[in-house]
Parts: sequence; C-alpha cells; structure tokens
Amino acid sequence: SEKMQRKQSSKNSKQPLQVHHSNQTDLSAWRKGGKPDPEKSLQNPTSHNSQANESEQDSFEQAVSYFEKVQSPVSLRKNEVLQKHLATVESTALEKGLPPEAFDVLLNVALSGKFADAVNTRLLKSLIPASVIPESSLVSSVSWLCVSKCSGSIQLLFIRWVISMFDFIDHKDQLHALYGFFFSFLQDEKMCPYVCHLLYLLTRRESVKPFRIRKLLDLQAKMGMQPHLQALLSLYKHFCPELVSITLSGRMKTYFKNSEGPWKAAISAIRRRNQKKSPVFQPLLLGTTQHQSRKRKWNTQLILPASSASTSNLADVKDKNSDLYNISKSFPVEQLQTFSQLLQNIHHLELPSQMGSVLTHPLLLHYMNCIKDESIYLRLHYWMGQTLQEECTWCVVDSSQYEEEFKDFLEIVHKAECFLQEGFSSCEEFLYRSLPFWDGFCCRSQVLRLMTWIPLSSFSEMKSYLYGPLAQLFFTSSLYFKCSVLESLKELLQNWLNWHMIELGSESDSQNHSLNTTLSGLVNVVAELIHFVGRISAIALQLENNVTFLLYFILDFYETVCDIYLRYNLPLLIMPPAGVFYPALLSMDSVSLNQLCYIMYRYRTNLVAAKENEMIKKKVLQFQFSSQTYQEYNQYLIAMVGCLWTSNAFQKDIHPEGLRLDEEVLKKTRVKDFKNSFNIVYHPALMGYALLFLQQAWPDDNTFNFSLIKGRKWNWYLEYLYAQGLKGLKLFIESSISRVSLVS
Amino acid sequence: DPQKAASLLRKQWSLYSVTPLYKFSGARLKEYARLLGAFIAAEKQKGLAVEVGVDADVKVTFASLPELRGDPQDQPAMLVQLSSRSSVSPKSSDEKLIWSGCFCCVSGEDLLENVPEDFTCLPLFLANGAESYTAMVGSWFQKTFDCHFCRLSISPLNLSWMAAMWAGCSVEKNACATELVFSVPCLPQPLDISYAIHPEDAKALWDTVQKTPGEITQEEVDLFMDCLYSHFHRHFKIHLSATKLVKVSTAIASAHCNGTIKLLQSRYLTGVLMLLTELAISQIQ
Repeated sequence: SEKMQRKQSSKNSKQPLQVHHSNQTDLSAWRKGGKPDPEKSLQNPTSHNSQANESEQDSFEQAVSYFEKVQSPVSLRKNEVLQKHLATVESTALEKGLPPEAFDVLLNVALSGKFADAVNTRLLKSLIPASVIPESSLVSSVSWLCVSKCSGSIQLLFIRWVISMFDFIDHKDQLHALYGFFFSFLQDEKMCPYVCHLLYLLTRRESVKPFRIRKLLDLQAKMGMQPHLQALLSLYKHFCPELVSITLSGRMKTYFKNSEGPWKAAISAIRRRNQKKSPVFQPLLLGTTQHQSRKRKWNTQLILPASSASTSNLADVKDKNSDLYNISKSFPVEQLQTFSQLLQNIHHLELPSQMGSVLTHPLLLHYMNCIKDESIYLRLHYWMGQTLQEECTWCVVDSSQYEEEFKDFLEIVHKAECFLQEGFSSCEEFLYRSLPFWDGFCCRSQVLRLMTWIPLSSFSEMKSYLYGPLAQLFFTSSLYFKCSVLESLKELLQNWLNWHMIELGSESDSQNHSLNTTLSGLVNVVAELIHFVGRISAIALQLENNVTFLLYFILDFYETVCDIYLRYNLPLLIMPPAGVFYPALLSMDSVSLNQLCYIMYRYRTNLVAAKENEMIKKKVLQFQFSSQTYQEYNQYLIAMVGCLWTSNAFQKDIHPEGLRLDEEVLKKTRVKDFKNSFNIVYHPALMGYALLFLQQAWPDDNTFNFSLIKGRKWNWYLEYLYAQGLKGLKLFIESSISRVSLVS
Repeated sequence: DPQKAASLLRKQWSLYSVTPLYKFSGARLKEYARLLGAFIAAEKQKGLAVEVGVDADVKVTFASLPELRGDPQDQPAMLVQLSSRSSVSPKSSDEKLIWSGCFCCVSGEDLLENVPEDFTCLPLFLANGAESYTAMVGSWFQKTFDCHFCRLSISPLNLSWMAAMWAGCSVEKNACATELVFSVPCLPQPLDISYAIHPEDAKALWDTVQKTPGEITQEEVDLFMDCLYSHFHRHFKIHLSATKLVKVSTAIASAHCNGTIKLLQSRYLTGVLMLLTELAISQIQ
C-alpha cells in the first residue's frame, strides 16, 4: 500500500542517520548507568572489574555500530569480525539484557535479509531486553515483514518473539494500529497459530469487525476446529456477542502453542529483575471455559457467572456510527483490572451481563459500594435469592452431596457482605425461609456468619422467623453451638449499631434512607435482640451448669450492650437478667468475675453520662432511660458490693431473684463466717489469689490464715489483685466503692 | 394471531419461574431470534464459531402474543419456537417445529408492581420439547437478560385448588372424567391411587360447597376435598388425606406436582395461566 511505501522510503533515506545519532548518545548513557560505583572502585585499587566492564561496553557498542553500518550480505563462516560481534551481542543479552536503543538496529538487521538465516536466528534469539523494548522498533520491523525480505522461518521466529516479549513493549498504541497487518499474516498456514496468539494479545473491542470475523470463519471452514482460532474467536465473541457465537468444550487447557521456548530462561530472569516495575499481565478469561464438576440439570448449576459483555446494552443503538461512539465511551468490565482504571472509568463502566459475577470481582464490589443504582442491587437480589433457594442443601431433596459447593457459595456471599458492610436482603429472606428446616449442623459456620448481616429494619418479623427456630436449635445443641450462636448474635448487634452510627452521620445530607426507620422503632428492634439473648443465655447457663466457657460468650455480648449509649449513641441500656448476673457474680472463675466487674463499671459510666446529659439539656428528651433501669442497676450494685466488699449481701440484696437469705437458713449450712464467703478474699474465684498473696506476704506462715488480710494488708492485697491483671475489678472498685471509710 | 395462542393447547408443558428480565425490549424480537439462533448453532457444534445471522439448521422465531394477558398492565406474552430446516430442500414449508417455549404474565403486574422500568416481568415460562433445547434457550436468556430460571413444582395444596376451581367450570356433556391421582408415601414400592369422578358430579359437589360465585376460599377447597375423601373412605376404607395428591386432570387442564401441565380448553386458558403466574411469582418473591 501507499502508506507502507512511504514508510519504506523514509527508512531508506533519513531514518538511519537519525537512528545512528540517537543510538550513539543513548548507548553511552546506558554505559554510564552500567558503570560501577566510583567509591567502590576507589576502595578497590586494581579496579579490575570496572575495566573489564568498560571494555565489555565498548565491544558491545562496536558490535551494534557494526550491525548498523553493514551494507552487503556477508557470510558468517568466513567473516571473523561478524562472528566476534555476534558473540558479543549474544553474551551481553544473556548477561544483562540489551538496552532499549539496541532493538531498532538489531531488528532492522535481522529482518532485512542482509545475513543468512543462521545469523538472523541468532540475533533474534538474543533480543532480550534489559528493561523495555521501544514500540517504535517493532513498528519498523513490521514494515520489514511486509516487504518479505526475510525468510518464512525468520518471520515466524519474529512473531514468536513479539508474543514472548509482549509484556516488555513500552507502549502498545501503535501496535494496535497495525492490527490489520498482523491479521493479514493469518493467511500463512505456518504463521497462523502464532499470529492468532498475537492478535489475541492485541485485540480490543474496536478491533472486532464483521469482515475479520468472516475471514476467521473462512479459515475455520478450511482448517477445521483449531484451538488457536477457537481462542481468538471466543475473544471476539466476548467483545461482540452480537456478531459471533461460539461454545468451547471446556476440556481444553491450552489454546496456544508455547512461543517462549528460546527466551524462556531469559524472560524469567528479567521478570525477577523487574518484578516491581513491570505490570502483571493478566490474560482475559475465556468466559466459556468454566469446568463443570458434575452433571446436573441445566438450571441448577451453582456456577458464579463470569463477567462478560452484554448484548442487551450494546445493540441498543441501531445507527452504526453512534454505536461506535458509544463503544469508545463505555469501558467494558472485562478490561477492568486495577483500581485506578475503576476510578477513571467509573462513570461509563459497562456492567457485566450477569450481575452475580460481582461477588467474585472486588473492583465491582467497590463500584457497588458507591453507586446507588437500584437495578444493580435488584439484579443481584433476584439471582442470589433464587440460587440460595435452589441450592440450599437442607431444603432441597437429594442435594446433600453438594454441601461443599453450597458452603463455598455461602462463604463468597458472606465475604461480599463483609466487604460492603451490608447484608443482602436475599440472604435475609433465605435465612427466614430455611432456618425452620435447618439441623444446625449443615454449613453451620456459614449460616451463622450470614446471620450476622441480617439488615436492621424497624418493622421486625424476626421474632417468628429468626428467634423461634434459632432458640429451638440453641437449646437442643451442643455447648459449642450455643457459644457460636451467641458470638454471631453479638456480631449482629454490633453490625446493627455500626449501621445506626453511619445513618446518624449521614442523616443530614441524605433524605432517602434505605429504610424509613424511626428511632423508637430501631430501639425496639435492638432491645428485642438483647432481650432474646438475655433469655436464651439464662436458660443455657442452667442447662450447661454455668460453665465458664459459655459465660465468657454471654458476658462478651454484654460488653457491647453496656456501652451502647456512649459508644453507639443509641439511647438504650438493658441490664442482663438475674439468670446471667448472679452466675457471673458467683462464678468459680476470676475471668468471669473480672468481666462482670468491667461490665458493671461501663453500665455505671453510661448511666452517669445519660443523667448528666438530661440535666444539661434540661428539656424533656424524647428518650430517657426508665427509672427501672437505674433501679435494676442499683439492685445489682448493692448485691455486688455486698458480696465483694461489705460482706452483707445476704442481708442487703434486694433483688427478687437475689442472694437474700434468712439467718436461720444460713446457720443451717454450718459455714463459719458465712458473711464473708464472697468477699474479695474468700470468693471462690479469688481465693487462689488470696492464697498466693498470703504465701508472699507471710512466707513462714503455713496456717493459711485469710483473716490476716485486713486493714493496710487489705489494700496491699487489692494492689496485688490489680497487678494480676484484674483490670475490670480495679475499675469497678475504684468507681463504685467509696473507700473513705476504709482508709482510716 | 389467535392461532398462535391455540398452539399452547393439548401439549405437555414443563413449568418454570423466571425472575424479571433486565433490559429486555419487545421491539427487538427479531434481533433476539438471530442471536439465539447463532447461540444454539454454536452450542450444537461445540468449538466451531458461528456468525450471527447466518441460516442454521435450527430456525428461531420470537412472536408476541398480546392476547395472552389478564389486564392491560401485563407484559404481552412471548412465544419462542425452534424449528428444524430440512437440509434437503431449504423451503420454509419443510420446517418442522421441534421445541416451543412461552413466557407469560397473566394478571401479575399488581404483584410485581414495584419493579423498576428496566425490568420486564414475564414470571411464568412453559417449555415443550427436548430438555436440551430448554437448557440452551434458558441459558441464553439467563446470560442475556440476567434472569434466573427455576423449575416450578405444584404443591398438593395448589393441586387441590386446581381440582376445586376446575370442577366448577362448566364443560360439554361428553367431557372426559375428572381424575385425581394420589401417591401413598412410605411404601417399598410406589403405589398410586387414581380417583375418577364424573365431571357433572364434581361440579354438583362444588356448587354445594361454594358460597359466593366467583370467589373461592381455602375453607371451601378443604371442604370439597374432604367430601371426596370421605366418599372414598366409605367405599374403600382408605384415608386419602394421609396420601399425597400428585396429579389433577380435568377437561380444563391437567397438572402434575412435578411441574408439568397440559392445557385443554382455550376458554379457560388465561384463567389457568393466571393461577400459574401467581405460583411463579410466589416462587421468585
């Protein structure tokens, strides 16, 4: 063509001179870069290395300039100069790779047919970049290819070289412009597989044209089912499903012959060297190659759809020109590979045809997080709702064999929820539908984790849908299951409270709340959850004989509950039921007692803060803690102080389910000094500490006389307890007990 | 084209529920036919690419059936037909229908009214023909319109509703018998009990049960079935209430719990489809 001719002529006249000039300067620059550190050479008086290096550079420069200037064909066998320069190029390439500037010269020589194929082959094989390959050198090479000065085998080797070095080419825009030239090489039967591979690397949506598809189909008709054609055609289908259709069998693993052969070792060496610099090349996924692990009915396969172009979006515009315009504007999701791409194209991102694919696409999840498009959520909702319903291994007959698959799916859904910090409504519905049939065993941890993301809504049917079935399972299952449920309900509570905080923060700027919630409705739903946990906890403690492990999970839940007012700005404080409070207070374990002390301290802090706010604002607040809450707190406080400190709990405890006991009854127990039984010295959870304290304070006394701990020793003992890590106890005593009387 | 709607009659249909179709346009049916045609051709010759729009062995047609709807808000139903072209003589008269599928929505809009504009609600899908074609068409729709197909089975409760409703419909004198098939659970060998009633007797029974014409309640359906059960028990000492109703067949239509249906009367076509639309919607909501 005319264009080609022009290129050729410019090559013959001006270009060599320019190239010559720039090469000289650039090469010396490269040499400077390669010089060893001057300080190092100073330390080394012989500086042998440096000199050796210098001469290496010189000979390489000489070699390049030789290849640049050589005019007439030379035979390798007779020409020692050529042999020497060729060897220099080869050794430099293998040792440290060639500088970017050398490629233009060497490619020109190798493809111009000046030398015999043996020389050209050796040159091509040694074209290993030190860093990058300039795109311009490839452009001029392609023009050589078009005038067919070199043999077919050299052309083939060149194409294989381009494929192998594709990642190292500095820019690709001009290469894309040469797409048509590469495409024309498909004619050559030997070249075809490699050209297909190269085209596969180069193809963008705008490269796919009806005439190219027809050409490929002609080739397919001529050559039959060829993996390389299949791969290229399926990429075409990927970009333009409205033009071509193909179904791959999925058995195929590799579609292209390996091109890297001669450069394999060198490439991995450069990759290692440039690890940080070069972008990781990610080949496009062939959407149809998902393997199916089993034979099942077509519409009941649990396959996450691959993201792929959508025909329905594309064909919207009939007019071809505006169609083209649209294509250049929209950014196909299959090209989306980095976060910065997402940021640049966020306003014209073309979404996948099946929304289910976002679940495994972290970038699209980012997108979902910031775009408020109802249809995106709705598409996902429908798909996920149906998939969960169909695949649920304990609801669908004969599906128990697919439990592992279903587990993985639930896992993926849960991960997406964590990422979005938001529950899917389809998951909520799924839980409500399937929990009544759940055995508490199948996919246990996945189901419990999904539970933590049930959305907070003020109209609550949770009592019948969630709490009912869950309570049944809870009471009839193992200790471990009970603890897992409590853990999940704690996370559910925390997610709700976090969500409430975020809503509070964004209240001013957004009027359309995702849920039209009122504060009182919200408080009621949260309170319902806390009361539910309180109820099942009290019963579980009885069932499991107040085992510490369970108590830990229960108190952990209340660590969140006691701080709701201050930490989450929600006017709600609910005390634990007596069935939880007393087992913790009388626990045999210092961990539980310490946890309870901490919780009581936080309740106090929250209640005090609420009282203060009431006083300051002096207006009638919409929400006040009822006097009952304060009363309950005070009852517990009296019992606690009575036990741990003043040793009068049996008389003073006024809680209806409390420790108050008649003197007569207590005497019948024949316990000496029963009054003291639960103070910080005699409390079963702390007696061990008291014992160790005695041993340290009176090393010679073996009588274990606990009554020695009083007065100043009592204070020392307290310090000792605090030093043992009982921080909760410390906070409680320091905040809730007036020590004035004791100091005297 | 009333003939197109009539093609739904006297065929065994498998039922599916379909979630709303995203970005579906009734104006582009021809284009969809081309794309689906190419997809099926590519599926059939796995590994070989097919140009969209080139004639293949299987011809695809999409047709709109606007008469198949309950009220004007409903989307017009859509009939998809696959026919094979004989390779010997490529005349259109030699085309043979090999598969058909029908998407419809009869009085379903009020149930799906909150769905945004981009979505098209055709929640009920009926398929007749080889399952392999259903699979191809279904996968293509799932990929193209981001929807999801789900088999729609009919619960015994809904079957009893059908039995009662269809018993009340007036039919010709020589109509075939109303037949209910029950399956006895927990037996080593499957045992089915067939209970056939003269349609006029069934209608007479239903007329005594139904209080307000045009309105049916669950109590009435239960009462109707209980009457049939007690009659059966009187003669055979078998409690049908302890078995599972698996099939109802009447002169109007016949339905099986595995989700297949045969429509027999054009007069009651929309009525039956309305009930099935409701079932499909309850499955996708």
